[in-house]
Amino acid sequence: MLQIENLHVSIGEREVLKGINLNIDEGETFILFGPNGSGKTTLLMTLMGFGGYTVTAGKIVFKGVDITEMPTYERARLGIGMSFQRPPTIHGLKTRHLVSMCARGREIDVEGMARTVNFDEFLDRDINSGFSGGEIKRSELLQLMAQNPDLILFDEPESGVDLENMTLIGNTARALLDGASSPMPSTCMRDLRRRNKTSGLIITHTGYILDYVNADRGQVMYNGVLCCDTRPTRPRDILDHIGKYGYKECIRCLN
Amino acid sequence: MSELSQIQVDLNSYSFTGRQSAELPDFSSLTEESKQELRMVGVDVDAVGERAGTFLQFDHSTVHCKSSGKGVEVLGMRQALEKYDGLPEYFWKAMDPEKDDFTRAASREELHGGYFIRTEKGAKVAEPVQTCLLIKGQNVGQNVHNIVVVEEDSEVHIITGCATSHGVTSALHLGISEFYIKKGGKLTFTMVHNWGEDVMVRPRTVGIVEENGVLQNNYVLLKKVRSVQSYPTIYLNGEGAVARFNSVIVTPTGSHVDTGNRIVLNAPNTRGEIISRTITTGGTIVARGEIIGNAVPARGHLECKGLILGGGLIHAIPELQGCVTGVELSHEAAVGKIAQEEIEYLMARGLDEDEATSTIVRGFLNVEIMGLPQELRESIDKTIAELDASDAM
Repeated sequence: MLQIENLHVSIGEREVLKGINLNIDEGETFILFGPNGSGKTTLLMTLMGFGGYTVTAGKIVFKGVDITEMPTYERARLGIGMSFQRPPTIHGLKTRHLVSMCARGREIDVEGMARTVNFDEFLDRDINSGFSGGEIKRSELLQLMAQNPDLILFDEPESGVDLENMTLIGNTARALLDGASSPMPSTCMRDLRRRNKTSGLIITHTGYILDYVNADRGQVMYNGVLCCDTRPTRPRDILDHIGKYGYKECIRCLN
Repeated sequence: MSELSQIQVDLNSYSFTGRQSAELPDFSSLTEESKQELRMVGVDVDAVGERAGTFLQFDHSTVHCKSSGKGVEVLGMRQALEKYDGLPEYFWKAMDPEKDDFTRAASREELHGGYFIRTEKGAKVAEPVQTCLLIKGQNVGQNVHNIVVVEEDSEVHIITGCATSHGVTSALHLGISEFYIKKGGKLTFTMVHNWGEDVMVRPRTVGIVEENGVLQNNYVLLKKVRSVQSYPTIYLNGEGAVARFNSVIVTPTGSHVDTGNRIVLNAPNTRGEIISRTITTGGTIVARGEIIGNAVPARGHLECKGLILGGGLIHAIPELQGCVTGVELSHEAAVGKIAQEEIEYLMARGLDEDEATSTIVRGFLNVEIMGLPQELRESIDKTIAELDASDAM
């Protein structure tokens, strides 16, 4: 689904990503750990194609297409969706309107979708205007549900979210990644899952999201490079390790 | 000449006589092009029967004037002056004819018409009254006088479109408007302008609002015009009176628009609000606003926000004048650009740059809060979508 090869990215003069190699398969959920400032968000921004992030070497291939130089909206239309950590307020743009635009002409039930993330009361509010942490996440998830991407980038899905919201957000993120969750007469669960599974790239520094989503693999980003890549690594083990020893072990590992 | 200096109007360049049009009993004889011109400024030509009243002025003649007769009277000004012995309570009573060159000219030149709209006491007029002042000839000077009287406890929405016909590039519109909102009355007044590129527009408006009366004023100007200069003044003379102005103005290259609103809080518990959203794509906007607090308790808020999209000039001049202890007046003004972050957010949802820009612009202009009828809103949305904001970033 996604192949990142030897990706170097600079912001201004400063090189932030220093040769990232990462593959995410169809239906796979990948978790990226790392301390603040390690370059995790830069990776997501670069994958989305935002201004200010200059790819100086390497390439990004999505669904077999080299998207390294592709404009953001074409990446979105090709199937990449992103949950923003701090999305901007757009005055006068109703949440309802943005959600329906996310569907790009597909028929969707905005009200019904909004109810599943307990957000129907917010549909007539200006997008992100005065939203709390949890409300921002629910709004982002709602937009992603409407957009229906094949790869979802989650930027710190648990930041600023209280415990009650965390359950709803975690479960919704899982549903988005897992696809349909009830068997249908014509298809067995296994096939249904395989068909509907969405790929995910989640960045987190707390790891709380692991309580909700089934992450297949994980790695740590530190100072613009990935570590823990010597063997297939279980996200839980990485998290336990970081919990016990902090990120300082990663430095040793890198050296 | 600096962009901010006033555009001078030579009254002698325009003809104030000789452009009479025949009466237009219904709209079936109008060409599709004329109908479209009327639709653009809010006149519903297809369902005239659903309006509480319709008034049309072409150049120097009132050509159509009808009301459903339910709670509201709609007359041509000349007819009204005749019927009501010169309208001694209203005609030039709120507005001083000696105010400036244009009021003097308007009082001196031949009066071409304009409308007189009066509600009945207590009548809640459900459907809007629509009026249109159209200039159809090149270099025509149009001199109209409008009077709106909202009687006690009545309500009405007037949609008025002022425009020039397709192909008319130069003209002068002089319009005197006097609004009288009596005790408990509510007037929603929506004005849509759509002029030719060398047209000069000099409206002069004064309103007086009595106890618990409400004026909700909407103004929309999206197309190129040589020069508009207007500064409607509303006096809230009765306790509890409220005035709200919402303006949405776009100036392409070559447009010079100097406009604002003044609200004078003359009684306790009055409230005034002036909100303007301006965009320049190359023209000049002077966005004025003034709230004067002469009584307490009274509150006023002024908000002018402007976006410069690829050249042009916006000069925001919000003014507050508090004259008594305890008055509460505030303003906020901002002139800026579309944030890159907002564009990228929408692009991440699959909108291309043009779609993202027009979505943000539409939200910024926020015409929705005016509560306009659907067909007018759609026409405005369409014009906004066509805005040349290609150099926005």
